[in-house]
Amino acid sequence: MTNKAYALYQKDFHSEMRTRYAVNSLAMFVIVAISVILFSVGNETITQSLTAGLFWVVIFFSAMSGLSRAFVSEEERGTTLALQLVAAPTTIFSGKLFFNIVLVFCMNIVITILYSALFDSFAIKNFGLFIVAFFFGCAGLAIASTIIAAIISKAGAKGTLYPVLSFPILLPLILTSVQLTLMAFDGSTFSDAKFELAIIICYDVIMLTASYLLFDFVWKD
Amino acid sequence: MTDYSLKVDNISKYFGRRLIFKELAFQINNNGILGISGSNGSGKSTLVKIIAGINSPSSGKVIHSNDNIEIIPEKLHNYLGFVSPYLVLYEEFSALENLQYFSKIRGVKFNTEKISLLLEKFLLNGRQDDLVKTYSSGMKQRLKFIFALMHNPRLIILDEPTSNLDSAGKDVVYQIIEEESSSNIVIIASNEESDLLICKNEIKLEDFKPALSA
Amino acid sequence: MVWKISLFLLMVFVSIAGIAFPIVPIPVKWYEFPLIPGLKENAKIIFFHVPTAWLSVVAFFMSTLYSFKYLKNKNLDDDAKSYAAAQLGIIFCILATITGAVWAKFAWGSFWSWDPRQTSIFALLLIYGAWFALRSSIESEEKRASLSSVYSIIAFLTVPFFVFIMPRIMKGLHPGSADDTNSGPVIDFKMNANMQLIFFLSLIGFTVLYFWMWNIGYKSIIYRDKLNKQNRG
Repeated sequence: MTNKAYALYQKDFHSEMRTRYAVNSLAMFVIVAISVILFSVGNETITQSLTAGLFWVVIFFSAMSGLSRAFVSEEERGTTLALQLVAAPTTIFSGKLFFNIVLVFCMNIVITILYSALFDSFAIKNFGLFIVAFFFGCAGLAIASTIIAAIISKAGAKGTLYPVLSFPILLPLILTSVQLTLMAFDGSTFSDAKFELAIIICYDVIMLTASYLLFDFVWKD
Repeated sequence: MTDYSLKVDNISKYFGRRLIFKELAFQINNNGILGISGSNGSGKSTLVKIIAGINSPSSGKVIHSNDNIEIIPEKLHNYLGFVSPYLVLYEEFSALENLQYFSKIRGVKFNTEKISLLLEKFLLNGRQDDLVKTYSSGMKQRLKFIFALMHNPRLIILDEPTSNLDSAGKDVVYQIIEEESSSNIVIIASNEESDLLICKNEIKLEDFKPALSA
Repeated sequence: MVWKISLFLLMVFVSIAGIAFPIVPIPVKWYEFPLIPGLKENAKIIFFHVPTAWLSVVAFFMSTLYSFKYLKNKNLDDDAKSYAAAQLGIIFCILATITGAVWAKFAWGSFWSWDPRQTSIFALLLIYGAWFALRSSIESEEKRASLSSVYSIIAFLTVPFFVFIMPRIMKGLHPGSADDTNSGPVIDFKMNANMQLIFFLSLIGFTVLYFWMWNIGYKSIIYRDKLNKQNRG
């Protein structure tokens, strides 16, 4: 199973290298979003809670600009049928999820580096907590946006629908991640944050399970 | 060779509340060619998609079994070959890359000998490293046959197999169908006289529609 | 027919009682409500606001339940039931939001202050909105039914998270929420028997009304579908 899913990931990666569609638009989106924030902030110093919020706002909208591609590109080119004919739905979902996880992590690492270089208020005191929160936050973002991408790939109005459908689903995840990022700024310990960490891990597990169970209904015509 | 059987058990299909066909049933064992005919929009493609497990019927069941053991839907794709005009392969890859990725995703070994044999048969030798987007529609159609046959399927479903093909291409296809049908099941959905001529049995979809007067 | 008339009479009684019964410091007569410190006359919103909020949640549950049933049985009637429930749900959700916001203006000084329950009902509105946007973008009935079912189940799964994280992020202002200092758990302690009676009568009246409307709603959707099919040939 893993090998087949990995092969699908390799195919997507290779295809991405040839077309550079998602990576280019993602990179441009991150740059544009961060520079808009920089322009509007000007010389003022912004509070840490605002920085944490803006950090996840940029992550959310960047994800919305690139992650739907995993399924939408297959549907637009008409290659969905070919995939249906060579693999079971779980294989397809695993492969696409893996691709999106890699994309989300690369994108968010870049955003984190840019934020810590450009914003003075992005000062992490508890680095371990930030890493853990970042990891589970990104995983949850990738899982939820992959299943939503599968849903919208089968609907009309693909581009506009994606953030609309994803926002309510991702809202608890984003709110929790913002809280955790703030805690990492404050220097809170792991035991202070255990409730939020439990929430975010539960979210990841529940979304992952539900996605695997429901993907069949989305994937089959 | 194992015993492969396809049993279509009283399937009906509605789109929304519109009836496409009703109580369709047949069975084929091991080998042979079955034709499915019907006018445009009569549901030929829908029927072959249901047989291939891509669509589900509104009622009834399609049972594939191998040596009398029912094949679970998650494994069915390994026994199937499928060619149709609406099947699209990756244009940004070459023919060979396409076939390599598909066998990897399927989880079967890439059989170089078999592939080069098929490439030769389908007159694509020498073009296998060109990107698929540079192919003509006839070449794409022939590549789809290689895609469908490379993993030795037991059930080969051909939806309008000769569309976009010139007479040389058609001859190759008919010859392959003859070869495959001696050991495997071939289902052809088509309206072309010449396609239906090679079929041993034929299903007319018009027979499974409700009478228009009702 | 009898139950429809009694429902009408019940709703009339609840409306009159909820609005007209006076609030006095020490209730003596059967029609007098007690004064709840910090709420005063504003307390009367409970007869109308709480049932609408309750029904927007009930409708959401029912919509998800029938989505689940659709995925199990692939019967388009279940999809019609889910759709009818969601249609009513969004109406009640908007009503609850508006009545709540108007009340909040008088009780808390502003229409909107991101109290946990305000945020949750906002999230519910977003889910409903997204769900209808998804449905309207899909042509094929089956595709629409199965995709919107999948979406509503996923959305349903996020609801517990709102319940748990909201109180951690923002302070509750609602009467009866844990952080509320001046008026404690309203339903249990501060309401007297007749106020509770009117409140539960109102809850029952609205719920019966909802099920009646839902019944008419889904049947009309099914009939419309059937008529459309006949007209097409």
